[in-house]
Amino acid sequence: MEENLLEVKNLKKYFKTKKGLLYAVDDLNFTIKKGETLGLVGESGCGKSTAGRAILRLHEPTSGHVIYEGKDITKYNSSELKNIRKKMQIVFQDPYSSLNPRLSVSEIIAEPLYVNKIYKSKIENENRIREVMDIVGLEERLINSYPHELDGGRRQRIGIARAISLQPEFIVMDEPVSALDVCIQAQILNLMNELQEKFGLTYLFISHNLSVVKHVSDRIAVMYLGRIVELAESDKIFKKPLHPYTQALLSAIPIPKVNISREKIILEGDVPSPINPPPGCRFYGRCRFRQNECKKEIPELREIDENHFVACRLL
Amino acid sequence: MNDQKNLLSIKNLTIHYKTGGNIVHAVDNLDLDLGHGETLGFVGETGAGKTTTALGIMGLIPNPPGKIINGQVFFKGEDLLKKKHKEMRSIRGKEIAMIFQDPMTSLDPVMNVGDQIAEMIRIHEQITKDKALEKAEVMLETVGIRKDRSKDYPHQFSGGMKQRVGIAIALACNPKLIIADEPTTALDVTIQAQVLELMKSLKEKYDTSMILITHDLGIVAEICDKVAIMYAGNVVEYSDKNSLYLNPLHPYTNGLFQSIPDIEKDVDKLNTIKGLAPDPTNLPKGCTFHPRCPKALPVCSEKKPDNVMVEPNHYVKCFLYN
Ligand SMILES: Nc1ncnc2c1ncn2[C@@H]1O[C@H](COP(=O)(O)OP(=O)(O)OP(=O)(O)O)[C@@H](O)[C@H]1O
Ligand SMILES: Nc1ncnc2c1ncn2[C@@H]1O[C@H](COP(=O)(O)OP(=O)(O)OP(=O)(O)O)[C@@H](O)[C@H]1O
Ligand SMILES: [Mg+2]
Ligand SMILES: [Mg+2]
Repeated sequence: MEENLLEVKNLKKYFKTKKGLLYAVDDLNFTIKKGETLGLVGESGCGKSTAGRAILRLHEPTSGHVIYEGKDITKYNSSELKNIRKKMQIVFQDPYSSLNPRLSVSEIIAEPLYVNKIYKSKIENENRIREVMDIVGLEERLINSYPHELDGGRRQRIGIARAISLQPEFIVMDEPVSALDVCIQAQILNLMNELQEKFGLTYLFISHNLSVVKHVSDRIAVMYLGRIVELAESDKIFKKPLHPYTQALLSAIPIPKVNISREKIILEGDVPSPINPPPGCRFYGRCRFRQNECKKEIPELREIDENHFVACRLL
Repeated sequence: MNDQKNLLSIKNLTIHYKTGGNIVHAVDNLDLDLGHGETLGFVGETGAGKTTTALGIMGLIPNPPGKIINGQVFFKGEDLLKKKHKEMRSIRGKEIAMIFQDPMTSLDPVMNVGDQIAEMIRIHEQITKDKALEKAEVMLETVGIRKDRSKDYPHQFSGGMKQRVGIAIALACNPKLIIADEPTTALDVTIQAQVLELMKSLKEKYDTSMILITHDLGIVAEICDKVAIMYAGNVVEYSDKNSLYLNPLHPYTNGLFQSIPDIEKDVDKLNTIKGLAPDPTNLPKGCTFHPRCPKALPVCSEKKPDNVMVEPNHYVKCFLYN
């Protein structure tokens, strides 16, 4: 598990909007080791999906580098990119809107196989489709069904089948279970785990559900308004959260147990706009411990404890 | 029948939808009680019939395709299903208010939020427009939105703020009962915590009863007094919260608890309930859960289990306890 598969360096993605520049992803730095799952959590709009897409260059990064197996893929031309995409795949957030409704299950799964001209014969293609359907637990009889005929759990299995059809090494899982019921969520999480063990996959797992992230991740990065505010091993984050935002986030998770006493940190206000954010710490306006100096410049992510990185001036 | 102990008492409620020649058994012979000032968590998988039950109480089942086939909904001792449309209209909002999952379904995009709250107040109270607007501003402040934003339109607010405006509208007339249909699913955890805290304190302040529809057992643990677990149109377990969490009885309830990742324990594999929710147009015979039940007995596929009281205030429909 020691070798880095992916390294993200100073990754930025800004969008031009009518009201000004929107800092969706603003200077991300992290690595993911081979076979590891890195969880990426944070509130809606903090830039998680944008980060996932910029890493795969589904969004062209504004600046920064994505080093995959030692090579900077932000410098790749389109044919090099096409090749590397076989190794890097994505499963999208919403199993209801992310699948093309006019394609059947087999056509959806086969698309990446055709595009990359993996197999010469139709038979080989067919066989691979059946094989991945079997791997993700989709019944063979559904091969000619359409997405709208299926429930959310099966649709998400199609998304996963499609992502693994090219035998990738790395998959961005963008909220793969957020739209699902707890029962189906559990089935899909187990499936992801099995696939990871079987094929040695590496995941970037995006979610805003902290119990789910804890369950799947080796390490967790917490994002706030385009920036990582804390990054550490899962256990460390949960046992000893250091950033005031992480502390509030963890204290707010509703726990399905009675007779436990917990102090909840209720934050004031709403998440501020990512358009032309003021200088200084992005969390300033909602922070319980804010001090004047926090307004001056953006705190860098620093190693506070062994492998425990926090972006806060007060530590 | 006139059960004054409870604010709300539902008996044998059955609601069907007709779709393309099939009948969807959305709510199937459901019983449910809610005391004064109580908060009930109404929990179940997608499609279990939670929203349909809520719409049934409100007299808002779309007809067609929906129809209330049978049952009674006693509210303050009177059967709402016998009320005329006009009577229901004055009960809605004033006596019973609903908060919807998607705040935009209850907000008018082309009217500023102050006017929307004031309008709700004026439907039920004979006061001048200015007085109503003043009251609306007080309501906005109650839900933590500055009153100088009352002239703003819904799209100018964040998701959490829109949901709080929805709550302000629901509370505007001081209703006896609030039905909140997944009021925080669309929100982030920190905003969700803000909204739940707000609902809790307002409920205490005004002594309102509440039905909270959700599939998050964590939220139920935090703010409910009672819990009803719904499966395929029916309440399969009904209990005081503590009794249900410490001693869940129905195999379905146990399955639900086990499928949630526990942040205090690390496991490689989550327990899952096998299979899928049943086809509501063709419910299994006997106990509707038996095809997925790890503890099914031969009798479960033949007869429907009765509702039995296992502990005080803890009821379950399951042959394991008959
Ligand atoms: N194509 C785009 N053009 C302009 N702004 C965008 C675009 N895509 C995303 N944004 C903005 O960038 C910010 C980050 O969005 P992003 O979708 O990455 O957030 P997220 O963390 O994935 O949120 P969620 O949890 O809701 O999925 C948001 O403010 C969003 O409005
Ligand atoms: N207008 C409608 N026409 C036909 N069928 C409907 C209609 N509304 C609901 N149903 C069906 O009735 C059943 C119960 O639906 P309902 O929306 O009450 O479930 P729910 O428990 O609220 O689910 P969710 O958690 O997804 O909101 C489902 O099978 C649903 O497909
Ligand atoms: Mg996203
Ligand atoms: Mg519903």
